[in-house]
Parts: sequence; structure tokens; C-alpha cells
Amino acid sequence: MEWRDEGIIIGARRHGETSLILEAMTAAHGRHLGLVRGGRGRRMQPLLQPGNRVELLWRARLDEHLGIFQVEPLELNAARLFDSAVAVFGLQTLAAHLRLLPERDPHQTLYDTLELIIGHLDDPVSAAELLIRFELLVLDELGFGLDLSQCAATGVRDDLAYVSPKTGRAVSRQAGSQWQDRLLALPAFLGKGAGRRGSPAEIDQAFRLTGYFFGRHVYEARGIEPPEARAAFLSALGRQFATKGESAA
Amino acid sequence: MPKSISGPEIERLIQLLAKVPGLGPRSARRAALHLIKKKEQLLGPLASAMAEAVDKVRVCSVCGNVDTADPCSVCTDPRRDGTTLIVVEDVADLWALERAGAMNARFHVLGGTLSPLDGVGPDDINLKSLVSRVAAGGVNEVILAVNATVEGQTTAHYITDQLSGLGVKVTRLAHGVPVGGELDYLDEGTLSAALKSRTAF
Repeated sequence: MEWRDEGIIIGARRHGETSLILEAMTAAHGRHLGLVRGGRGRRMQPLLQPGNRVELLWRARLDEHLGIFQVEPLELNAARLFDSAVAVFGLQTLAAHLRLLPERDPHQTLYDTLELIIGHLDDPVSAAELLIRFELLVLDELGFGLDLSQCAATGVRDDLAYVSPKTGRAVSRQAGSQWQDRLLALPAFLGKGAGRRGSPAEIDQAFRLTGYFFGRHVYEARGIEPPEARAAFLSALGRQFATKGESAA
Repeated sequence: MPKSISGPEIERLIQLLAKVPGLGPRSARRAALHLIKKKEQLLGPLASAMAEAVDKVRVCSVCGNVDTADPCSVCTDPRRDGTTLIVVEDVADLWALERAGAMNARFHVLGGTLSPLDGVGPDDINLKSLVSRVAAGGVNEVILAVNATVEGQTTAHYITDQLSGLGVKVTRLAHGVPVGGELDYLDEGTLSAALKSRTAF
């Protein structure tokens, strides 16, 4: 068995004295693991850092085997992200979300979004907005997608301000006004064609929204804790907004 | 079934030696044979040194270093600058920095890094003791000498967050070109980090 694909490294675990088990999100083969012989060597270590985009050649005798990766660099992003707390915690959060998906299940849209986010992880506002969209996509891929296109009650497509915590469908400001304390806020920048950036408060609302559905459908259902990296990312983001003089989310 | 060529004691010695980093089953067999041949000069003293180490070696309750005394000799050395604390991932890193002899400071050994993939969280490493050590006062600067890996830097940012508000200066090691390194052979990540942290010449 053999294939060649490009991928983004999301983790690596030591294996023996000289090798690593590499975990990568690939474009056409989903989240895939493989052994990298000599991966703990001085020459290979900088290449095998999470966030780096690489070309992977996977070989195994049988499809169900772990297999062996041969790795060639395409874009080494890791060192660029080291200085920013938002970037490193963002990277760990992305990896934690990807680990919710089954192995070897292709998710081309998620891969494309992941590539885009990694390019913007050192810009906190862009990173936050893209991460929210990534979380919505992950929920969708897991079968718990939110329908934010039209109001669940009236069918209107404008002025959507809430999301029903039960159905995950959007509700317009007018239809939801009576139950607003029971509904989740839908920040305007997430609406279709909003064409504007979210404020720190809106970004906070959006993370609460995705966090609620991750908690309800994924973490509670699987009996796992939410990733600590996500909380650390939000805390770092709050500090970043506070330093910039904006009201922290 | 392969025939046994030595007694169970020798087989056990080989099996245990094979678990030492750098030794595989073949090299363990060679090492065992060498030890047996030099029984009086090597095997005996090695066995007694190991027995003594088992008996006396302990982890320092202050910094996490290994020594035969608790607190360790680094923590009790009065010639060291107690106002600077160097945080390292592992005892091997402490030894490496001590070999370099660049700073006469005190240390704190984390015993690992935050690693979600391996399930290592903040409670699994020696972090609480670091915060309480700094909070106790007397420390002006904390140098984060963690590895230049994503996990190392995640840990560094987490520590910085934990130490914020304690009034200490938190610094980290520079990332860049190693001595003897040729630019042509360096990865672009290291090169861009080196350019970013350039200094006046």
C-alpha cells in the first residue's frame, strides 16, 4: 500500500529512542498516523513540528497497518508561531478538534480551512474568527451542524440574532425577542454575507455558541473534558484584546 | 525453541541492560559479556554504585532535580544567584546548562511539557511548586529554558500566564543559528526566528 499526499502536522509522539509516531491532517486521507524512522534526530526535529505543511509518502504492507511516513517540507510554519500565545494555543485547539474526527476519514474542507487558519494564526482577530468557523465546520462534519441560514420560526434570512440551544437553528431578532434569555446569541459577523469583522464581544459570543454545542453533542456525549488548550486560547485572546485597548471578550 | 546458552542470571542482566537508552539486545549482550569478563574491576564496583544510588538518590523537593541530598546541592549552594530561576524541562537540560556554565543561577525542573496528545496537563508537571516558589519572593527573573518545540513553547506561554501578576521578569532563550551552523542548511523557520531576534553588532 502506498500513497502520496500533502498534510499539516498536528502532533507527534515519541516511539523508541529514535523514531516518532506522526499525526497529520492530510488533504485526501484525513487524519492519519504513521511512523517516522529517525524522526527524533537533529535534522528531522524542526520539520516534524505541529503546524508545518509537509508532503507525505505513506507506505505499509496492509492498509490497516500503522505504516511508515516519509516526510518532505513544504512550508515550515511552527517557528513563526512560537512567540504568540494565541498562535500556539490556537494550534493545540485545532489539533484537539481534529482528534474528535475518526482517523483516515477525508475532510477536504476542514483541511483547506486548517491551512488557511495556520497562515493567519499570528494575527489574533483573524485567528479567532477563522477558528470559530473551523469549529462550526467540525460540528458539521460530526453531524451536529448549526443551521444559521434562516430563521427556524419565520423562514426570514435577515436580522438573525439568536440560535436555539435545542435545535441549533437560527432565530430572527423579532421571532426570538420573547425568549431571548433562553436563546444563544448569534453574532452578526457569522451571518451569511456579513462582510465585516467581529468585535471582541461578538467573538466571545461566537465561542460561547460553538462551545455550547461542542459540550452538549460531543464532550458530554463522549464523556470527555473540553480541551484545556481552548480555554488557554480564549484567555490569551482576551489578554491580547485587553492590551490593544479594546474591551476584552 | 532456541537453546539457552547462559544461566538465568546472565539472561536477566542482558534483558535489563537492553532497556538502557542507546543499548539494544545485541549491544546489551556485548556489554554484559564485557562486564562479566571484568568482574572485579567493573561489574562489582558498578553493582555497588548502583545499589548505593538506589538507596541514596532522591528528587529534590524544591526544584525537582535529582541528587543524593534533599534539598539538592544546586538549591543549597550559597554561591548561586537566588534571584534568577532557570526553568528547564528535564534534569538532562539542567546538566546541559550547567556544563555550559553560562549562568550561576538556581533551577526548576518541570519534569516534562504540556502535551495534549500524551495526556500531560498542568497538574502532571512540576508547575504548582514553581508558582509557589516564585510567589514566596526573592526571585526577580524567571528564564524559560524550554525546548524550541511547539509543546515547549506552549508550556512557556502557560507558565508566563501563571506567573503574571507576581512581579517577576519572565524571559526565554533566543531561537536562531547554532554555532557552526551554515545558513544554507538551516530550515526556514529557524532562519526567520534568527532574523526576528537579530541584535546590534
